[in-house]
Amino acid sequence: MSDDVLRLRQPIEVTYTWSAGPGSSGHMQALSEGRLVGKRCPVCEQVYFPPRGGICPRDGVFLGDDVEVGQTGTITTFCIVNVPFLGQEIEIPYVAASIMLDGSDLAVQHLIQGCPADEVHVGMRVTAVWKPAEEWSTTLANITHFAPAGNDEEASDA
Amino acid sequence: MRDVAIVATAQAKSTVNSTLTTPELLVPVITSLFEGLASKGVERTDIDFWCHGSCDYLTGQPFSFVAAVDVLGAWPPIVESHVEADGAFALYEAWIKIQTGQAETAVVFANGKSSSGPVDRILALQHDPYTEAPLWPTMTATAGMQARAALDAGVVTERAMAEVAARSQRSAMSNPNALLRGEHDVDELLAQPYANAPLRTHDCPPVTDGANAIVLATADAAAKWCDRPVWIRGIDHRIDTQRLGARSLTTSASTAIAADKAGAGNGKLDLAELHAPFTHQELMLRSAIGLDESVDINPSGGALCANPQMAAGLARFIEAADRIANGSANRGLAHATSGPCLQQNLVAVLEGAS
Repeated sequence: MSDDVLRLRQPIEVTYTWSAGPGSSGHMQALSEGRLVGKRCPVCEQVYFPPRGGICPRDGVFLGDDVEVGQTGTITTFCIVNVPFLGQEIEIPYVAASIMLDGSDLAVQHLIQGCPADEVHVGMRVTAVWKPAEEWSTTLANITHFAPAGNDEEASDA
Repeated sequence: MRDVAIVATAQAKSTVNSTLTTPELLVPVITSLFEGLASKGVERTDIDFWCHGSCDYLTGQPFSFVAAVDVLGAWPPIVESHVEADGAFALYEAWIKIQTGQAETAVVFANGKSSSGPVDRILALQHDPYTEAPLWPTMTATAGMQARAALDAGVVTERAMAEVAARSQRSAMSNPNALLRGEHDVDELLAQPYANAPLRTHDCPPVTDGANAIVLATADAAAKWCDRPVWIRGIDHRIDTQRLGARSLTTSASTAIAADKAGAGNGKLDLAELHAPFTHQELMLRSAIGLDESVDINPSGGALCANPQMAAGLARFIEAADRIANGSANRGLAHATSGPCLQQNLVAVLEGAS
């Protein structure tokens, strides 16, 4: 019995050439320049940030014009994470939130830091905190987190 | 059985090394499909069921197929399903959905960007993961083994294979969606060196990016949506074992059964669109189905001239149905395959006005 094979390791590796496509390229390029750019649907006129691959899921058409959205937005919902897990990079407790950036119609997920977790609330105004510019690439990870903007009353339609 | 017809089709022009994403390949196809139906007053919200064929291994992204739902304009919510297979097998699911009475109409769509990665190597991963896949048996290598076995058994000849390539590329000259086309002399083809012996370049399909779609409808809907519906008179899907050593590679038992069950022999066939990515496979399929010289084989040029993975099988339905819809044929056969060396085979008999 001791000679039976009980476990087998079969590493598999395939290298791909991934194309961001025209729908996402402008958004990713803008991130590398410190700007937040989404796209507007020519049919329903909703602004998507991020641009969801450049296709409006409501109308099934290519999104149209690039639209720069605000660096500040409003928390639409959030979750306080208290659970440790393998590979965790952020100290718990931390807050994951959906944020509707000013000028966008689609909430984006990001971290909330800069205040105690129990002070985070729906409707809270938060603003992007960026890494040093020399560390930017074509990713939303250029923004380390969102921090309280301190002006909840300015929330447009929270 | 409920009568089900193909009432509309759309295809993207085949490309390679597309900079579009897989969903972006689909947008013009779905748009064009409904532009074609607009004169009949058909809108996306009139579709009861949507069924998608694609493969996440091609994009290298788990659940990448979900992004394709964005292309459908899925609001209000739709009923949608996905097969990790060629769109022809999604068509089979949609046909069954209609047979069960759960839908009167369906859109079947498929997309594949074969150029995103080393497609030959990616397809090696469909083999048994413990004993076969670690050997990286590529699509071309297993097809080469099959061709060698078929040559040795006298089932095919290299000349007959070259004739398939020459005829396919000649036929593709009238197919704007094909990637390869041209006039070739068989002797000149046979003078070419082997690419993967015994296969030469002309025996193998081109790496192709593409997308396509079909609308299915019951008789009542078809009468309203289409001037010349193409009826699916029979359809059947059979599978050989995936273990290459446990079956004959020189015959296709599953194709023969599927063709019989679909009723291929119940009348004269004007054309057959066979999903044969390799030249010897076309010869094996013709023999398994029992197609004689009177049948026009792959008037589109077939998968040897455009082979978008996961869409090339559904393309056979489209190429056959379009010719029946435009009156240049009345009864045709569509075949799709999946897996290494013709492992899975789906056969349908299509017919215009009876």
